[in-house]
Amino acid sequence: MRNDMFSVLRRSPFLAQQSRKAFLCLGAFLVCLIVAVFALPERAMAYSDEELRNVSERLNVKSSTQKIAVIEEMAADGDPRVAPILRAMLDGNLYVRDSDEHVVITAKQGKVYSHIDIVSGEVIGESGSKEISKIKVNNRLRGVLRDALATLNLFSPDLAVRSNAVEQVMDARDPAMLPLLLRAIDREEDETLLARMELAKATMALAAGENTEERLAAIDVLASETTPQIRAVLSQFVASADAEGFEPEVVAAAKDALKSVEGRLSTWQTVGDVYRGISLGSVLLLAAVGLAITFGVMGVINMAHGEMIMIGAYTTFMVQQALGSILPSGSAWSLAISVPAAFLVAGAVGVVIERSVIRFLYGRPLETLLATWGVSLVLQQAIRTIFGATNQQVMAPDFMSGAVEFSTGLVLTYNRLWIILFSVIVVAGIAAVLRYTAFGLQMRAVTQNRRMAGSVGIRTGYVDALTFGLGSGIAGIAGVALSQISNVSPNLGQTYIIDSFMVVVFGGVGNLWGTVLGAFSLGIVNKFLEPVAGAVLAKIFVLIALILFIQKRPKGLFALKGRAVEA
Amino acid sequence: MTDYRQKYQMTPVVGWLLNDRGGMILLGILIAASILVPASNLLLPESSAFHVPTWMISLLGKYLCYALLALSVDLIWGFCGILSLGHGAFFALGGYAMGMYLMRQIGDRGVYGDPVLPDFMVFLNWQELPWYWYGFDMFWFAIVMAMFVPGLLAFVFGFLAFRSRVTGVYLSIITQAMTYALLLAFFRNDMGFGGNNGLTDFKDLLGYSLQSDGTRAGLFVASCVFLGICYVVARGITQSRLGKVLIAIRDAESRVRFTGYRVEYYKLFVFTVSAVMAGIAGALYVPQVGIINPGEFAPALSIEIVIWVAVGGRGTLYGAVLGAFIVNYAKTFFTGAMPDFWLFFLGGLFIAVTLFLPKGVIGAIPAFGAADRQSIITTWRKRLAERRANEGGKA
Repeated sequence: MRNDMFSVLRRSPFLAQQSRKAFLCLGAFLVCLIVAVFALPERAMAYSDEELRNVSERLNVKSSTQKIAVIEEMAADGDPRVAPILRAMLDGNLYVRDSDEHVVITAKQGKVYSHIDIVSGEVIGESGSKEISKIKVNNRLRGVLRDALATLNLFSPDLAVRSNAVEQVMDARDPAMLPLLLRAIDREEDETLLARMELAKATMALAAGENTEERLAAIDVLASETTPQIRAVLSQFVASADAEGFEPEVVAAAKDALKSVEGRLSTWQTVGDVYRGISLGSVLLLAAVGLAITFGVMGVINMAHGEMIMIGAYTTFMVQQALGSILPSGSAWSLAISVPAAFLVAGAVGVVIERSVIRFLYGRPLETLLATWGVSLVLQQAIRTIFGATNQQVMAPDFMSGAVEFSTGLVLTYNRLWIILFSVIVVAGIAAVLRYTAFGLQMRAVTQNRRMAGSVGIRTGYVDALTFGLGSGIAGIAGVALSQISNVSPNLGQTYIIDSFMVVVFGGVGNLWGTVLGAFSLGIVNKFLEPVAGAVLAKIFVLIALILFIQKRPKGLFALKGRAVEA
Repeated sequence: MTDYRQKYQMTPVVGWLLNDRGGMILLGILIAASILVPASNLLLPESSAFHVPTWMISLLGKYLCYALLALSVDLIWGFCGILSLGHGAFFALGGYAMGMYLMRQIGDRGVYGDPVLPDFMVFLNWQELPWYWYGFDMFWFAIVMAMFVPGLLAFVFGFLAFRSRVTGVYLSIITQAMTYALLLAFFRNDMGFGGNNGLTDFKDLLGYSLQSDGTRAGLFVASCVFLGICYVVARGITQSRLGKVLIAIRDAESRVRFTGYRVEYYKLFVFTVSAVMAGIAGALYVPQVGIINPGEFAPALSIEIVIWVAVGGRGTLYGAVLGAFIVNYAKTFFTGAMPDFWLFFLGGLFIAVTLFLPKGVIGAIPAFGAADRQSIITTWRKRLAERRANEGGKA
């Protein structure tokens, strides 16, 4: 509502170009100004009721060109009441009553058309189809109507609609919208949106600005922003500078601005790559950390490790199903209950596997590999038989959905952030168990010197079973987290098993920190390669690099030193 | 067992063939099958009780290719202790070489009728044949490539791995990474190998239609012959002095190295030979099944090959052939009769064989030198005793 007087003055020459009845309108606007100021001060209304009715009735002409002129006139005014009329016209619901030549919006119910007044929005009568005639629209008109509606949204009383419209204007960068945008800027009161509008103005003023100062000012505004959009605007401007014959100092300033925007964007790109790498790394870490215990500490090649993750994910699904009647779906509680449940279920399965299969195969790593592969096939098929081969839906709790978005194009989804946090907690937990508990002490003792440990009274078989159970249980916990980001299907484990082994082998067997470092470096390298080579090629490169790396350091990043290695 | 070599003073080759009872039986069966099966298919009327239907010939031919693949894995795993979990890659590469020849043979009979480009390239708007497709219109070139490419990959991979002494589980894991990387690569359309559809719709081989009974019988005979030849070659390698070193490497690698042998060269040799055999198996496999796609690179399939060997009996060569037939017949049976049960069976087989039949089916048959015939219980007891001994050794 501010500066209405100026807005009218600024509007006039524009209208003179657009319409043949500019002077009439100017008079009308004075009336409208009075109405706006005195009658409805809080609404940005530019037309009087009468004026709106008159201008709408001028839509009832045969020629499309004339209709377009009227539509553009109406849109240029920015009256929020114009939008429903144009929308109705676009939808083919705008009719003229044959009896009194009134333009009405109709709503059809069966064979009866109820008439809605364009000014008041109230139902003012009804009729059959014969007493009214449609204001016809063709494809050309539809296009014009859509554009007009988009710009009209700049004046919508709804903030969300307005900011949407500003983004649309910024995307379109049609210089013809500039005058309207200027008026919208005058009326806008929301500070954030105002800044966006100024930015949108600058994107247009860059090419459409009237003099050097305006252009330089526009470049100043643009240079302070860091979005891919602005980079596109600037580079387009620089590219077209020769053809359009812009001033040299403007072009130079634009080039500088482009360079600084690009510099900041590439920094953000790197930040984004690192974040995505850490995110992938945390997933790899979760998948691999259980294996770091079974393979790394115990030396058991557990090919059924992936299936432990799968069991964890299915436990999450089961817990949600079971609690579905008590708790609302997607409740954080069901996920919180799933974590210990998955640990217990997967851990129990692990203990059973260890006692029934693996303990007969210690010291024969290759045979363990084959037997556990068999176990993994049986588990997969068991899950497939029980739950079916299709994906199961695991609900995400509210705090895990959504994302933080930066205007620079960086998107941090909450589920990824939580998984990063979760992986850190899990690793810290394992490290604490190994370091500070009696069980951890026994476990380390048995790995380092089994016979001595046995001699001092540790039940080594018992510790073996529990260690394997711990590794499996942690894989189960990983399954809870991974159920949030991947499909819960019988093949879930297969997608992670090779990656998990790569991480553990890369990091170095028997070293938890090696696994952590391995997971994060593999994740980050992968994500840095992805923009260059594409997702699949990046993965292939990482695999080849790993194969070559193992040639250099056959025992991984952090190899155990001394005789223990040869055992 | 009588030592025929001493008894008849024969040349070494005949000697080690005659000393090998399982091998003699295998070769006998192969010769008989390569004569009788095609004959009964082509000569006997369909109504005859002894008529072998064409689908059966293709099925048996497929098993023979798997048997050859299993043989190649047994050569390195059974005799040199190299557990390759990526042998499917060599098999698939051989198969792709043959598939490329068969693609070129289609000529202008494809859907798009392009005389040079295969259909999928026309579909992807490729203008000309990539350089690595040149030469594959010649049969001999394709055959050479089917052996050369897997051999070269195995040579390079083995050279790097064995030189830096990557052994045991680590080697298994990186072979798996290798086949996984190839799986991903061959899924890409840009590679020029037909993406995830692979190569298919083959028409004929050396001018003979792949659909005709005669060609199928011919491929069956070729599979028998190549399996026989490769068996003799593998047997020759394992019985030679080189074979003795291989077995020594399997049992005590460090000790062999300290004795002065260049362990990596022995390993590299046998690994490359084995990869070439796998490539031949792939080249024979593709015309009989009519398709090759990246699925053959799947790590799971490579692990399955190992179980064929384990089921039959590791380190016997003929056991691998038997194992391939047993497991694949079971697969055909289960996937037909009760598909849900197949993975239970396969998984159970993995567990049962490693726990109870460390020497495979062959080891359970007394006539084939099962030195210590044991019941399941004694096997378990022995395992536990060994483990205790191991615990002692570890410390």
